[in-house]
Amino acid sequence: MTYIKPEFRHPNLPVNEVGFTKKEYEGRISTLCAGCGHDSISAAIVQACYEMSIEPHRVAKLSGIGCSSKTPTYFLSNSHGFNSVHGRMPSVATGANLANRDLIYFGVSGDGDTASIGMGQFVHAIRRNLNMVYIVMNNGCYGLTKGQDSATADKGSMSKKGAPNPFAPIDLVSLALELEASFVAQSFSGDKGQLIPLIKAAMHHPGFSFINVMSPCVTFNNNKGSTKSYDFVRDHASSTSVLDFIPKKEEIKVDYEEGIQVKVAMHDGSYLSLHKLARDWNPLDWVSANEALIKARDRGEILTGLLYINPKSNPLHDTLKSSDKPLNTLKEKDLCPGSKKLEEINSSLR
Amino acid sequence: MNTTDTNNPEYYHKVVDCQYACPAHTPVPEYIRLIAAKRYTEAYMINWESNVFPGVLGRTCDRPCEPACRRGRVEEEPVAICRLKRVAADNKGDVKSQMPQGPFKPNGKKIALIGGGPASLTVARDLAPLGYEIHLFDEQIKGGGMMRTQIPAFRLPETVLNEEVNYILDLGIHTHFKTYVSSLKEVLDKEYDAVFVGTGAPKGRDLSKLPGRKEGDANIHIGIEWLASVAFEHTKSVGKKVIVLGGGNTAMDCCRTSKRLGGEEVKVVVRSPYKDMKASPWEKEDAQHEDIPILDNHTPKSFEVKDGKLIGMTFEKVEAHYDENGKRKLIPTGEPDVFIEADDVLIAIGQLNSFPWIERDLGMEFDEWGMPKVDKVTFQSTISNVFFGGDAAFGPENVITAVAHGHQAAVSIDLFCNNKKLTERPSPFTNLTSQKMGIHEWAYDSEVPTDARYIVPQADKEKTLSNIKQEVELGFDQNTGFAEAQRCLNCDVQTVFTENKCIECDACMDVCPTSCITFTENEEQEDKLREKLLVPALNLQQDLLVSDTLKTGKVMVKDEDVCLHCGLCAERCPTSAWDMQKYLYKVTKAGCGNH
Ligand SMILES: Cc1cc2nc3c(=O)[nH]c(=O)nc-3n(C[C@H](O)[C@H](O)[C@H](O)COP(=O)(O)OP(=O)(O)OC[C@H]3O[C@@H](n4cnc5c(N)ncnc54)[C@H](O)[C@@H]3O)c2cc1C
Ligand SMILES: Cc1ncc(C[n+]2csc(CCOP(=O)(O)OP(=O)(O)O)c2C)c(N)n1
Ligand code: SF4
Ligand code: SF4
Ligand code: SF4
Ligand SMILES: [Mg+2]
Repeated sequence: MTYIKPEFRHPNLPVNEVGFTKKEYEGRISTLCAGCGHDSISAAIVQACYEMSIEPHRVAKLSGIGCSSKTPTYFLSNSHGFNSVHGRMPSVATGANLANRDLIYFGVSGDGDTASIGMGQFVHAIRRNLNMVYIVMNNGCYGLTKGQDSATADKGSMSKKGAPNPFAPIDLVSLALELEASFVAQSFSGDKGQLIPLIKAAMHHPGFSFINVMSPCVTFNNNKGSTKSYDFVRDHASSTSVLDFIPKKEEIKVDYEEGIQVKVAMHDGSYLSLHKLARDWNPLDWVSANEALIKARDRGEILTGLLYINPKSNPLHDTLKSSDKPLNTLKEKDLCPGSKKLEEINSSLR
Repeated sequence: MNTTDTNNPEYYHKVVDCQYACPAHTPVPEYIRLIAAKRYTEAYMINWESNVFPGVLGRTCDRPCEPACRRGRVEEEPVAICRLKRVAADNKGDVKSQMPQGPFKPNGKKIALIGGGPASLTVARDLAPLGYEIHLFDEQIKGGGMMRTQIPAFRLPETVLNEEVNYILDLGIHTHFKTYVSSLKEVLDKEYDAVFVGTGAPKGRDLSKLPGRKEGDANIHIGIEWLASVAFEHTKSVGKKVIVLGGGNTAMDCCRTSKRLGGEEVKVVVRSPYKDMKASPWEKEDAQHEDIPILDNHTPKSFEVKDGKLIGMTFEKVEAHYDENGKRKLIPTGEPDVFIEADDVLIAIGQLNSFPWIERDLGMEFDEWGMPKVDKVTFQSTISNVFFGGDAAFGPENVITAVAHGHQAAVSIDLFCNNKKLTERPSPFTNLTSQKMGIHEWAYDSEVPTDARYIVPQADKEKTLSNIKQEVELGFDQNTGFAEAQRCLNCDVQTVFTENKCIECDACMDVCPTSCITFTENEEQEDKLREKLLVPALNLQQDLLVSDTLKTGKVMVKDEDVCLHCGLCAERCPTSAWDMQKYLYKVTKAGCGNH
């Protein structure tokens, strides 16, 4: 009888720049169903944070309710975390972020948590361009409550019991684009090669970074006829580009072929290098991103990779001109600047 | 790389590092689990079947299994495999009733065994139940060979040895003790169907050319002869100051024995640097624990004799230099020579084979070093019905090697007597059984405790040094035995992969604590594939398990190196593409499967 992860790791496990092995980024052993796509996404998050040499205490994990929202327990045990109520993760993230802008905010949600009960919260977080990574582990169903169709289930997609879904889906990527989210990406839990650089880029992007990850529910939605199964997603995924995230310290070695290779500079000196696979598409151009998405949908393809990025986005703190220091570091002098300052403010309002 | 052929019985066998390294291939993890379950009798019988002397070996084995043990690659120290064996022997119930029960129906064949050490005794044990009439000859008064004459009683109590030798002799062996065989020709003339030579390597090396050797002879002894004389209680004392020459296990036994026979200043003096000494690390430790200094880098120059009596030895100080091939040269440092006082000197610098009793005109071929030509697999000499084994075959080794040789020689003798080809060896018995009992439940303890290796308690030094028969090691008690047994990683519980069940969800790769599993595109070259695994597979001694091509075109590659056999891959696999299956591998003994 186990269910305890052994303490031993590979003796040759490499160490990153801050002196940690991957073990320091792991979480508790997963209690999700064996083979759940969500676990692969957790593993991708662990790998991305390890490779980026992030100090775990600089990350805050936030989630709602669902199998997907349980995953923060299964990665980054040494980070901060808040498991909120169903669909309310964006509010908690907003509050936390406003209080302390220095942390990296990792929001994890499900398609139920986001596209149904949390829809109102989701769209406003985008609209405000809250600086966070927002991952939806999208399995087209309510996994935790035994697999009911969710709002992202495709029309006609077959349930495990054989009933087709009668409703049209909400496409979260189109919605995020429509709302001009400043970073929009789509991926597949079974494609870590693509997912890991996307997560790294999302963590560097100064604004709302949305990644919709197809993440099969092995237990309730991996049957024949489902459009969220391992087989279906593998057969229908079409990648926009091969993506590489290049931290600022590294020289870019590849020669860029005009039109095929795109180099996107990020605010902190790092780069995204994209080898384009899709034609007539430019990730910096909102119209072409929309077009690419619509055309792919028309072809019955799931477009994956980075779809759109606005590197000059204005995150919420800039819009609000809020404190550039975390609130918990403000001293009495900062909070109560004295009667002279009060005079000044009062007279400015007269 | 090609898909791994797991139907080859050697593939999974190799994963069980300890068993693979054991010359007799004892199913180690199987008996360790039985010890944890307090099923000591069964644990003993598994050992007995395979290595014949569990009680002896549980105290004295050279333990080639331990340096091989996977646990030693995962953390600092291997499982205390050898001393666990002793736990089984110490706590067993009635085992005799589980051994073959004579009298056995004679098959009309007669075999002579020359020498009564572990090699011959193993042949006897394997062949007697098949109906062979076995005649064992030894010049000593009792059986056991060097286990009796060389291994001191403080490491191996005589009762333990007698018990295990008698299990064999009681199978109806015709013993001819106090009988030195002085002519192989005479033996061959007696029309035995086959003859087995297990006479060991009975000659100790001397330093006959060293000045003073002859003059000091009365107080200069050959280590193995001296130990035998102590074992038979002909020698009961030694001088106060003793020098033991040599750095092997014999030297360690000589110095510790001296300490018990009145030696007050006992010193081991060795030519090589300490780290190059041949003695096992634990033997060196035990000697040092008894306050015996080891002086390394001292080459003997002369025995010093005054008034016809040995007074000590002179040594030249040297330094080891290694050339680019790692070959060592001992070069004098130029420092003044060192004189060390001594009343007695014991020379323990190695053993030699010697076959003065084998006539050279019988047609037996010898090599340039005077060793008989013996086949490495069949143990047959160039006289077709004469077989060799143990130290007599290829030079001095150890008990477990002698046992392994004995098993194979017995197989050959049985094939030979049945007019079968000696090269058609019976294949090993193998069996794979799933250990699955529930989603997170296995028929073995799959947890991996972090306990460090437990230390075997020893009797008080005052007690052990004052009584040569007082055993030094006390053995693990049952509770410590359990805790140590739990350190075993159950390497025989194999991770068995079934390609067509895998949906490539990566769950196993993600959960594996020691990053053994990688799904990746295959490579032509093994080294390329090894390099690109999650953690590069740099230990080339350990195999890769490579699957057939999967649906996405990738392959599953598992590096066996540091797998903890924790079963998590199988627990997290949604389709049971991984299963944990216990692999039993038994070397086939004479008469099993070939009649
Ligand atoms: C000091 C010392 C300590 C050792 N300690 C260990 C240890 O701790 N663990 C370990 O595994 N190994 C140890 N060994 C090695 C081990 O004892 C031998 O490798 C092993 O006993 C070899 O077994 P064998 O059957 O080949 O022959 P042996 O055990 O050497 O038996 C050969 C027998 O043949 C008899 N014989 C020889 N010639 C004739 C003849 N012509 N006629 C009749 N009889 C004859 C001898 O009297 C002897 O009894 C030690 C060896 C020495 C010297
Ligand atoms: C306020 C509230 N309403 C309903 C529920 C019941 N509930 C729990 S999880 C869940 C759906 C989760 O679906 P999703 O976010 O897609 O997560 P998944 O389990 O599929 O990963 C629902 C409806 C709840 N916990 N709280
Ligand atoms: S851990 Fe156990 S099974 Fe594995 S090599 Fe060591 S003793 Fe053998
Ligand atoms: S049993 Fe499976 S999960 Fe455990 S270490 Fe071995 S390969 Fe990894
Ligand atoms: S967990 Fe099972 S199904 Fe998933 S990749 Fe591993 S072997 Fe294949
Ligand atoms: Mg869901």
